[in-house]
Amino acid sequence: MADIILKKIYVKVWRQNSPKAKGKFETYTVENVSQGTSFLEMIDILNDQLIMGGKDPIAFDHDCREGICGMCSLYVNGHAHGPDTMVTTCQLHMRRFTDGQTITVEPWRVGAFPVIKDVMVDRTAFEKIQQAGGFVSVNTGGVPDGNTIPIFQDDAEEAMDAAACIGCGACAATCKNSSAMLFVAAKVSQFAKLPQGQVEAKRRAKAMVAKMDELGFGGCTNTGACELACPKSISIAHIARLNREYLVAKLAD
Amino acid sequence: MSILNSKIPEGPIAQKWSNHKAKIKVVSPNNKRKLEIIVIGTGLAGASAAASLSELGYNVKVFCYQDSPRRAHSIAAQGGINAAKNYQNDNDSVYRLFYDTVKGGDYRSREANVHRLAEVSPNIIDQCVAQGVPFAREYGGLLSNRSFGGVLVSRTFYARGQTGQQLLLGAYSALNRQIAEGGVKMYTRHEMIDLVTIDGKARGIIARDMVTGEVKRFGAHAVVIASGGYGNVFFLSTNAMGCNCSASWVCYKKGAFFANPCFVQIHPTCIPVHGSQQSKLTLMSESLRNDGRVWTPKTKEDAEKLRKGIIGPNDIKDEDRDFYLERRYPSYGNLVPRDVASRAAKERCDAGFGVNSEGKAVFLDFKYSIERLGRHTIEKRYGNLFQMYEKITDHDPYTEPMQIYPAIHYTMGGTWVDYNLMTTIPGLYALGEANFSDHGANRLGASALMQGLADGYFVLPYTIGDYLADEIMVPKIDTNRPEFVEAEKAAVGRLENLFNIKGKTPVDHFHKKLGQIMWDNVGMARNAEGLTKAIKEIQELRVEFYKDLLVPGELKNVNPELEKAGRVADFIELGELLARDALNRNESCGGHFREESATDEGEAKRDDVNFAYVAAWEFKGVDKEPVLHKEDLVFETIHLTQRSYK
Repeated sequence: MADIILKKIYVKVWRQNSPKAKGKFETYTVENVSQGTSFLEMIDILNDQLIMGGKDPIAFDHDCREGICGMCSLYVNGHAHGPDTMVTTCQLHMRRFTDGQTITVEPWRVGAFPVIKDVMVDRTAFEKIQQAGGFVSVNTGGVPDGNTIPIFQDDAEEAMDAAACIGCGACAATCKNSSAMLFVAAKVSQFAKLPQGQVEAKRRAKAMVAKMDELGFGGCTNTGACELACPKSISIAHIARLNREYLVAKLAD
Repeated sequence: MSILNSKIPEGPIAQKWSNHKAKIKVVSPNNKRKLEIIVIGTGLAGASAAASLSELGYNVKVFCYQDSPRRAHSIAAQGGINAAKNYQNDNDSVYRLFYDTVKGGDYRSREANVHRLAEVSPNIIDQCVAQGVPFAREYGGLLSNRSFGGVLVSRTFYARGQTGQQLLLGAYSALNRQIAEGGVKMYTRHEMIDLVTIDGKARGIIARDMVTGEVKRFGAHAVVIASGGYGNVFFLSTNAMGCNCSASWVCYKKGAFFANPCFVQIHPTCIPVHGSQQSKLTLMSESLRNDGRVWTPKTKEDAEKLRKGIIGPNDIKDEDRDFYLERRYPSYGNLVPRDVASRAAKERCDAGFGVNSEGKAVFLDFKYSIERLGRHTIEKRYGNLFQMYEKITDHDPYTEPMQIYPAIHYTMGGTWVDYNLMTTIPGLYALGEANFSDHGANRLGASALMQGLADGYFVLPYTIGDYLADEIMVPKIDTNRPEFVEAEKAAVGRLENLFNIKGKTPVDHFHKKLGQIMWDNVGMARNAEGLTKAIKEIQELRVEFYKDLLVPGELKNVNPELEKAGRVADFIELGELLARDALNRNESCGGHFREESATDEGEAKRDDVNFAYVAAWEFKGVDKEPVLHKEDLVFETIHLTQRSYK
């Protein structure tokens, strides 16, 4: 693996000291970055430079750095999680960029996700949607044996496709309406495909959609942008299923 | 005579848990409503405990440093979860899971705890299925299983390569339901920075709000630490960037003994270190060893050519490949336990057979299973792992073998707990990776998820009642008491101290230095000389840290550098204790390999006469030597033998 070094890149990043403060872009130069370096490691290098220079480092969310926790966000050159497909920002590598390139880094721009500092946003709204109905109401203990109810393999696989959502918010950040439909659909659809989810299906679809609307997320106009931005490639077919579940629930009212 | 009372129940091993449950006290529903419990951490152990306790009627306050409980690092566990269901009719049983775990842990775990773990393991699967966890299924609709290292049966349940994610989302959904119902008050982006004790009992915590920088007091009748392990003491590990030991460490400094810190698991299949700017290591699930074959070239010439890029792995013929695990361990082959596989990889690389430019990698090859099963099957089983590998390395594992090397992954050691999971501080509990009890000196694959959920769903909700039944007359804890005021003052003082050093060196530099000392001297192979050197170097690093640390930003704002500084300050102290423990334990067992104690074939040699004990360390002051307390391990059921996977 020959290591190619990017001699100089320019990072144009959103700086905002607090939720109420006015933000602006600042441009920094980073030198000698190996293409094998991950994008967030490049930010680490830049932050080290800033600290050594007596400046405040860029605050950004990140944790597992292996694409599964959903903590990292960032709009990179106009794309949620950067120009690569099916990855989170932490899995993006510098081999996607060229020497001398300017890389623009912004936070998720969603009304329901206010900026906390720099490119770090508050995604508590997603928590509230899950709390509204993203569960099967069973207490610990007293449940039947795991093999009591057989589940069609295809159904289990489809439920897993939906359940792969990491709750990062790229869908809402990419959507021109700031809709959270793909996020809600992923959870509703997972349970819709499983017998365990049937009992509360109607209540769940209604409660999660109502909460999403209440929190100020926009409506879905089927552009499909969310699916392309989703690092886990969650299909908009799940949105169709959510719409069906929601309609059935509403008709039963 | 040890002052440690493990409270292992009387009776035959298979009846201990039932006997114990019959004897311990239960709190009535009307009294549960009056009691408060704090849970630190929202991984499998923390989330499952918090949800279950709230369902029982307790008032629960839950804390995590991430922006959502769903992000705890259990989410990254890939391969699966063990359970003694015997769905495969391959002669699995509670006893076999118990036996495998004790043997896998190289006879350094507590028999009674492990048996209980095996007993409750089937309930975990049932619980997760009921929550809607989409486990893999057979065409007939029943649950599917795979094999993991160190066992001869198929007892691992899985959800593609994302089992940890799906189990955590199950526990998270149960937690969300309790948050919605009001039984759980959730505090995200909050970090515990001290434990508050009153009259020797755990009564609350001090936490820093990571958004505003405000330091706050929280009271409770009991405190539960489920904050994970301390693998990040090595800087590079498979842990998340934020994983830290600080919650456990403040408890240690308040009197909770810390057990077996030297038992650290080095996972054999991680993507090798690449360059000097790397921030973390990525695990490739152990499940891959079900279908992948591990090899290096037979000749040093071929290895040299690989390192220089003159030839590729596919240029080496089958007869010129050394499948060293199959050669050395014919009965377990590629599925030997992690410690054995890691040491074997190191041995090959040290002997000059490493295959990447740094000479620190071996191959994990799927060519044979793709030939046997077809690409589609492999894709279905491991698709997301293969994709992750390709994104990181830019190499396609379907057409050429993966390169892998061992990396720090999990810590078996942790806060000492008794059979009830209570620490040496009354009212303070430790669950999951944060405690020490179940995995001995080496954890078997797919057992971490099992233990986290066992502790949270099926052990703590019972055992905590035994303590809280005597606390029902204690009113809501008043956080204006002097103990809280003092603890807050001390915690704020520590933050200000770090912030005001205003030296020249950012915290990551110290962390990397610490990691290097640890990896070089306290890593896969340890000896007295290296360990003594490490202790001295860590002490020097601590002095330098408090002289030259540079924390930018503001105290009362988002400040990741301040958070890291607090964590690294604790890691430096823990690193020293880890090295001390490794120096004390002059035997090889599980993940702890002392060069002084090896067989002629280079395998680990245990010393049961002198070291069949849990080393529990008592804090005496940062500059003072900790005191060692021994809990003798008594094996009533399993006969101690030298572990063999040949």
